[in-house]
Amino acid sequence: MKHTLALFVLLLVSCKTDKKTDTAQTDDIKTETSTNNDVKLEIHDFNGLEPYLTRTDDKIYVVNFWATWCAPCIKELPHFEALNANYKGENVEVILVSLDFPHQFETKLKPYIKEHDLKSKILVLDDVDMNTWIPKVDENWDGAIPVTIIYNKDKRKFYDQTFTYDVLENELKQFLK
Amino acid sequence: MKLIKTLSILAIVVVVSAFSVNSKASTGYEVGDIATDFKLKNIDGKIVSLADYNEAKGFIVIFTCNTCPYAVQYEDRIIALDKKYAPKGYPVIAIQPNDPDVQPGDSMEAMKARAVSKGFTFPYLMDEGQKIYPQYGANKTPHVYILEKTNKGNIVKYIGAIDDNYKDASAVNVKYAENTVDALLAGNEVQETTTRAIGCSIKVKKSN
Repeated sequence: MKHTLALFVLLLVSCKTDKKTDTAQTDDIKTETSTNNDVKLEIHDFNGLEPYLTRTDDKIYVVNFWATWCAPCIKELPHFEALNANYKGENVEVILVSLDFPHQFETKLKPYIKEHDLKSKILVLDDVDMNTWIPKVDENWDGAIPVTIIYNKDKRKFYDQTFTYDVLENELKQFLK
Repeated sequence: MKLIKTLSILAIVVVVSAFSVNSKASTGYEVGDIATDFKLKNIDGKIVSLADYNEAKGFIVIFTCNTCPYAVQYEDRIIALDKKYAPKGYPVIAIQPNDPDVQPGDSMEAMKARAVSKGFTFPYLMDEGQKIYPQYGANKTPHVYILEKTNKGNIVKYIGAIDDNYKDASAVNVKYAENTVDALLAGNEVQETTTRAIGCSIKVKKSN
């Protein structure tokens, strides 16, 4: 009994701590100067991205919108990487859609991808007409990131929130049922 | 056993509510609402209120900051908006909503330095205590609210982005903010009253 209580307390505490550190970080990103010749970016406008949001095969897609300048995004990114690794064999594909600035592709995005050895599929959305494409991603999205969509051919859910690994995995499991 | 059950229900309730708080709630103003006035400290140490502007016909209130790359992209355009519309009765009022303890680059000192180096022509106010941005419903920087002054108060006429191209001012197709003020000055209906854009989340004070 004591254990159960302790577990719940831990759960609550970890939730809260998470939230705190989320906001405690800054958007400052250190400038890196590594060479990025081996990182290739797949860059799309929204028309190019849309098919990735509307697949009708048997896979479950976990699509996360992020950017290297977005501190809460960077914080939750490892959870998406872990999910991708852990559920690869179960027909799950994680897609990380970067909203980084084109002038920082070489200086920020590529070094980040390389340094953190990201394994999930990475797409870059470069489309300035946000007022047109944001509501197409989801009617309820106001444009703040991170946001995530989990979908398969039957079901779709939009998450305007940050994730811990456990919460993310739990959401995915609703689709695996 | 019963206790465990109760506890688990309690825990679920707490966790669920914690997340609903965490997710960005869509509260705040809608177009047509009356916007609150405020008393916020400017970079020159003076307290600024909308009520101080006797001659104004309205306001271009912009929640912006030093540290967000989108906000930085728009700095020159914010200055241009003020230069164009302040003489016509629609001054820019910039409010910095981030908590400087969380985002030191948005401290009052840093705001002063930025305003001087860029030559800001408008007040750049600190939302001290972070009381104002939640009332407006701003959730990112930059986030624009255009208000029309009426007998009933300052009515929200537009919420959203400055224009449709953050990247390149010379490639803008639709100047949402300018179109709004032009329509208000001409006594016309505002065509596009809300727009969406990507921005940086507002950095909130640590809860304890």
